[in-house]
Amino acid sequence: MRVFNEIAVVTTICIKSIPQRFWASFSTVVAVGLVVTVLLAFLAMAAGFQQTLRGTGTKDMAILMRAGSQAELNSGVTRDQARLIEEAPGVMKDADGKPLVSPELYVIVDGVKKTAVPADGNLKKAPRSNLTLRGLGPAGIAVRPGLKIVEGRAFKPGTNELMVGRALQKDFAGLNVGDTVKLGNSNWLVVGAFELGGSVFESELWADTPEVQDLFHRQNVFQSIRARLTGPDALKALSDYAANDPQLKLDVTTEADYYAQQASRTSDLIQKLGWPLAIAMAFGALAGALNTMYSSVAARAQEIATLRCIGFSGTSSFIGTLLESLVLALVGGIVGTLVTWVLFDGLTGSTLSGASFSQIVFTFHLTPAVAVQGIILALVVGLVGGVFPAWRAARIPIVEAYGTP
Amino acid sequence: MTGQTLIHLQDVSKRFVKGKDTITIFDHLGLSIPAGDFVAVMGPSGSGKTTLLNLLGGIDQPTEGSITFDGGRVDTLTEGQLARWRAHNVGFIFQFYNLMPTLSAARNVELPLLLTSFSRAERKRRVEAALSLVGLAERADHYPREMSGGQQQRVAIARALISDPKLLLCDEPTGDLDRTTADEILAMLRLLNQEMGKTIVMVTHDPEAAKYARRTLHLDKGRFTERELVA
Repeated sequence: MRVFNEIAVVTTICIKSIPQRFWASFSTVVAVGLVVTVLLAFLAMAAGFQQTLRGTGTKDMAILMRAGSQAELNSGVTRDQARLIEEAPGVMKDADGKPLVSPELYVIVDGVKKTAVPADGNLKKAPRSNLTLRGLGPAGIAVRPGLKIVEGRAFKPGTNELMVGRALQKDFAGLNVGDTVKLGNSNWLVVGAFELGGSVFESELWADTPEVQDLFHRQNVFQSIRARLTGPDALKALSDYAANDPQLKLDVTTEADYYAQQASRTSDLIQKLGWPLAIAMAFGALAGALNTMYSSVAARAQEIATLRCIGFSGTSSFIGTLLESLVLALVGGIVGTLVTWVLFDGLTGSTLSGASFSQIVFTFHLTPAVAVQGIILALVVGLVGGVFPAWRAARIPIVEAYGTP
Repeated sequence: MTGQTLIHLQDVSKRFVKGKDTITIFDHLGLSIPAGDFVAVMGPSGSGKTTLLNLLGGIDQPTEGSITFDGGRVDTLTEGQLARWRAHNVGFIFQFYNLMPTLSAARNVELPLLLTSFSRAERKRRVEAALSLVGLAERADHYPREMSGGQQQRVAIARALISDPKLLLCDEPTGDLDRTTADEILAMLRLLNQEMGKTIVMVTHDPEAAKYARRTLHLDKGRFTERELVA
């Protein structure tokens, strides 16, 4: 109890004396806050990106790609293979008995971000970003039951018509319903906009597969096959079927697993950029924290000496000083978190996906788990920045603290 | 009314190393202070007055020699043991009061009691009694910045007394006060010596202040040069 009394009073003295060193304390809070903001911005980006990709695809949809291809862009599937999959076990059929299988084409085209549109509005002069154009088979819409057409209508087979993902439409120029877009060497008419649970598909352009094959010279070739599964055991049945047929050298996985894997690759990359940058900045904040805490100990030298004269232990001075540093860092961490939340949470951004080489539109998401990482970094800065000055506070000889020989 | 020896310094030497030089403050100094004494220590700057006070209060250690307090060696105690020894036996009164500016008068006075096992209620009762003794009961909730120098020094005296130490060490306790206030403080110290039997060692430059002591020791270049008894 005595020890707690000691520590409580020394901590009170330390914390209450912060206003006497307002500017030094303030600069520490700002430095730590800045570090936390930078880190959390990256992590919120990674979390948002991950959430977008992880929210894509369901467990009851199989995606089949060439063995070892890992991503749709690298994959190639033939028309014959697609036909074999239509007859495979575990594949759901519609009311008319047609298999819910969609051979899909995956083509990289380009578009202009709204933020990149020049002042004169001339899109031809604007820098281009990669976009995904997906060619859908006849069952392409039917295999995706969550699809909502929020504006216009679906494309008609056999025409140069496009549907645009809602997220893409918000972020890129010239993709409104009724707009004509030049993709490759041909013009396409935007006839509808769709939503699909905030998934990565909302960053895509959709059109009729034969048209895309024709205009991009990809006859008889697809990148992937979507197949709707009949139930939880269907994936195994489909995998076994593909494994046992020498014509089907295909990897079979659920769409949910496929996108989860894509998500961790890119969000890992974002985190690998964010953490080193934040840690490098944290060293700067650490220098500030050390400076502030050493000046705090110097300013309170006489108080510390008086308390030790009275009989207070060095331990209470150590813990009190350390807690002061941690409080400053915690305030910085909270400020940084709030700044990130105000500036970034809910902000829409788009970035190049490492797997698809096309832009994916996502929303920065400051999750509690992300915020905790920022606060932990702040506390580490506070701990390291406080421990050496606290040691000095605990060990400085009383006579020296009083400035007498 | 003085009694048995409370503090005894035997052959105490104190040397500091400064760069390549060794500075000797005391060379085989001896001193005995009986319990209940009130000693004023005077001398020019640099004579070793404050160093003597630091040695008596266990906040500095002699280079050689021994210091005993109430029959027990002090100079051999560790840092932690010294802190506990000070908490029980010594009250400090400083020239510039050394109150905690962020704590109220009552909380400042309570500080030494936080090192005891007294309950919160008992601590409160003792703080009120100590503040009443120095005439500041009504100022308990005031902060040091809201009080005059004399009032702050009275709070410091209450803090020094609160754990009922045998020894009070005063370092220029009136050095920052006007004459009238200084006399009030000195009268209070004399009262504590005469009525409560506190042993007091007071460092001062002020001959008027020294008159309140039972005796005055003159220190020059680390040696006592003259001893004068005051009525």
